[in-house]
Amino acid sequence: MSGKSDALPQVSVDGGRERTRNTLVSTVPFIAVFAIALAVPFLTNDYWVLIATRTAIYWLLVGALNLVVGFAGQLAIGYVAILTLGAYVTTILAAGNVLPPVPPFVALGIAGVAGSVFGVIIGLPALRLRTFYFAITTFGFATIVTQVALAWQSVTGGGIGLPGPEFPAPFNSRLGFYYFCLACAALCTWMTANVAHSRFGRALIAIRDAEVAAEAAGISKARLLITVFIFTGAAAAVAGGLFASLQTYITPDAFTFDLSILFFISILIGGRGSILGPMLGTIILTLLPEIASPLATWSTFLYACLLLAVVLAVPGGIAALLDFKNRKPLLSNRAIVPRASAITEVLQSVQTRETLILRELVLSFGGVRAVDGVDLEVLPGEIHGLIGPNGSGKTTILNVISGYYRPEAGSVRLGDNALEQRSTVVRAASGIARTFQTPRIVGEATVLQNVLIGGTIRGRANFIETLLSLARHRQDEDMAHAEGLLALHAVGLRELADVRADRLQHSELRFMEIARALMGRPSILLLDEPAAGLSADEIKRLGQLVKAISRCGTAILVVEHHADLIFDICDRVTVLNLGQVLAKGTPTEIRVHKEVVSAYLGG
Amino acid sequence: MIASILASGLAVGAVYALIGVTYNTMFSASRVISFTAGMLGMLGGVFGSLFILRLGLPIVVGFALTMACCAVVGVITEFIAVRPVLKSLDQHLYVLSTLALSIMIQQLTATEWSTEPQRFPRLLDVGAGILDEKFWLPIVACGVVMGALEFLYRHTLVGKAFLAIAEDNFAARALGLPERNLRIASYALAGMIGAFAGFAGGELLLAFVANGSLLNFYGFVPVALGGLGNHRGAVVAGLALGIYQQAANFIVGGIFASVAVFALFIVLLLAVPQGLFGAPTVRRV
Repeated sequence: MSGKSDALPQVSVDGGRERTRNTLVSTVPFIAVFAIALAVPFLTNDYWVLIATRTAIYWLLVGALNLVVGFAGQLAIGYVAILTLGAYVTTILAAGNVLPPVPPFVALGIAGVAGSVFGVIIGLPALRLRTFYFAITTFGFATIVTQVALAWQSVTGGGIGLPGPEFPAPFNSRLGFYYFCLACAALCTWMTANVAHSRFGRALIAIRDAEVAAEAAGISKARLLITVFIFTGAAAAVAGGLFASLQTYITPDAFTFDLSILFFISILIGGRGSILGPMLGTIILTLLPEIASPLATWSTFLYACLLLAVVLAVPGGIAALLDFKNRKPLLSNRAIVPRASAITEVLQSVQTRETLILRELVLSFGGVRAVDGVDLEVLPGEIHGLIGPNGSGKTTILNVISGYYRPEAGSVRLGDNALEQRSTVVRAASGIARTFQTPRIVGEATVLQNVLIGGTIRGRANFIETLLSLARHRQDEDMAHAEGLLALHAVGLRELADVRADRLQHSELRFMEIARALMGRPSILLLDEPAAGLSADEIKRLGQLVKAISRCGTAILVVEHHADLIFDICDRVTVLNLGQVLAKGTPTEIRVHKEVVSAYLGG
Repeated sequence: MIASILASGLAVGAVYALIGVTYNTMFSASRVISFTAGMLGMLGGVFGSLFILRLGLPIVVGFALTMACCAVVGVITEFIAVRPVLKSLDQHLYVLSTLALSIMIQQLTATEWSTEPQRFPRLLDVGAGILDEKFWLPIVACGVVMGALEFLYRHTLVGKAFLAIAEDNFAARALGLPERNLRIASYALAGMIGAFAGFAGGELLLAFVANGSLLNFYGFVPVALGGLGNHRGAVVAGLALGIYQQAANFIVGGIFASVAVFALFIVLLLAVPQGLFGAPTVRRV
């Protein structure tokens, strides 16, 4: 054991240092921006302080909205509605024209709560429906909030409006208020950065680009999105309260849909999945009409043109332009060299050894019985091959085991756990992990981040701990990174850890998916055609890797068309035909099985 | 009261239904849900008022010009905001490109026309009270459009080609249908339907730039409830929505009528995500 693992601690220590250095380097631009912001009052006049205050308030909202739009990829186009809501709630409560007045900061806090409630309500359709529905609900909400603000004269003052709240000294001076807003913006940046670099941030990106894989990794879209909607709603409403105070007088006209567009475009111009990009986007778009004043009347038209241009020409935004690291060419003659010995290290913490048992499984699509009464067991430490002609139900069975399909009859049990009626997301926690026929990856994230997605459910820090970067969050991250690098080391992709995943070759993605699956510490691993598209050499190494994994006690179910690989690595093989089991046995028995030879192997 | 709820409810409902049909027509041809649908309705009113009142053209000429202009807007939508993003439908870039275009349309109208509601001409000068033409014209328009579409889909080759493309784009192309031209034609048709809605509802909704975003939302509700691509579903849901909204308007007052619609929209979406008349979605893995 000690001999084998000699090289391993080195890997994680290097990784740790590298990570600290990377973090420091990436904070430099933020520090520069905030340093300039701090100096604004000393370098310019009151007017620019006002503009800078407005920029800070916008960024408070945009920074949080970035998690929804940039990371989770949800098209929240109407967030001005929450800004409006926050502004009116703060103003009305602080002025006391409905209820007894409360101190402005308390009003701001209540506005934050109201913002999170409405953030969740308008977000509900995003949990179940197509993207456009979420876009239109936020859009509709924005339309309605303005209408209500106009019509509900007794409370909102209608078109005449209300005087905005004034915060107590020292925040009532222009300078004091500016620094307060700047502090809020800085806090928001820090919090969203914490989330972005945590399992939550990676899970959001996974939901955006590889939803199916995210589910298989045990990521619950609904829970995660609701958490983020709460945070974003609160931040947006607080931004609204500050905005009301900045405006000194608020009318529904102050909250046009144009603002929503500004927020949204800032993020898109900045680039999805980046924090610096949207921040620069917000600053540029807020300053643009100030610098080029003739443009002011046409600013919305300009924003719309910009939006169209970004969508059609540079979908990556500023962040992609600034991403110099991924311009360096990769070695063209690189080979994947899995280190079977490191697998033991990766899987040493897996305690449970479970048997997967399928009984009398039935599933039909329309009139076709895709799976017709299949029995199957996969024992701990066994490699079980599932072969058969196209359409014989192999992948369908994997999908039933992962929970994408519910069987009409029959049972799926892992140890004592009956799984057939439970949703996909709970299966990762039961110890099931898988790879996909076509790799499901997040192309814009690094290889390491992709692998870490597989370990999402093993993190212990909750969202609040992550927001505030408390001890448990930092332990989680340190451990996840060390384990992720170890898993990459084991499958032979350690050198590519920091490369964008969409730059990898197809075969490398297959090994990356295995590393991701191992991060969940599965007791059963499902491999869906892992050798498809691999070279002969790579298939051999894949075989060794799979054997090494099974030696650690993991049960493995492989669907594969490469008969050589199957007969080389499998302990037992099940042959399917037309949804039924045609034969079962050891590779030697199957190889000479008459019906199998005539139906599938040929020869 | 019930009579006036029904009259105004059915009237606005018919406009919402037609905007829903506009959404559907564009969706069937391209799988794109376009934010320009409501803008077309708004332009129907604005162009009508521009041609007939401001330029003093005869009503028939004004109507024809309005339809033609909006057909052009529809085609422009296809060229600028739809065709470039069709390759990557799964990334939903169309939401952004059509949104961008619709904002441009809105902003241009606001700058070049007016940000205030403007008068719309009285077309036939028939009826008064709850039988006033402004209440029944949109309903008639809705009936005409549905009849015309039915005729188009059942009895003409072009209509059948539309249906083929809506059903299975790849198969239709494999059969040699000119998919691109049919798509352009669909967008022109959608432009005309939207314009017709705005024109027929002009006396009710006026020539007002803010109608664009309102119709975008209220016109999409029938689409969501009736099921994407389902014209009849959109009409039924649109009329029901109009009555519901006007009833809420009379009962709880103008402030909360829109809130009531919004709440209903969210609740129904969550309860029946595929719409009341839609089919459930297919496998993903």
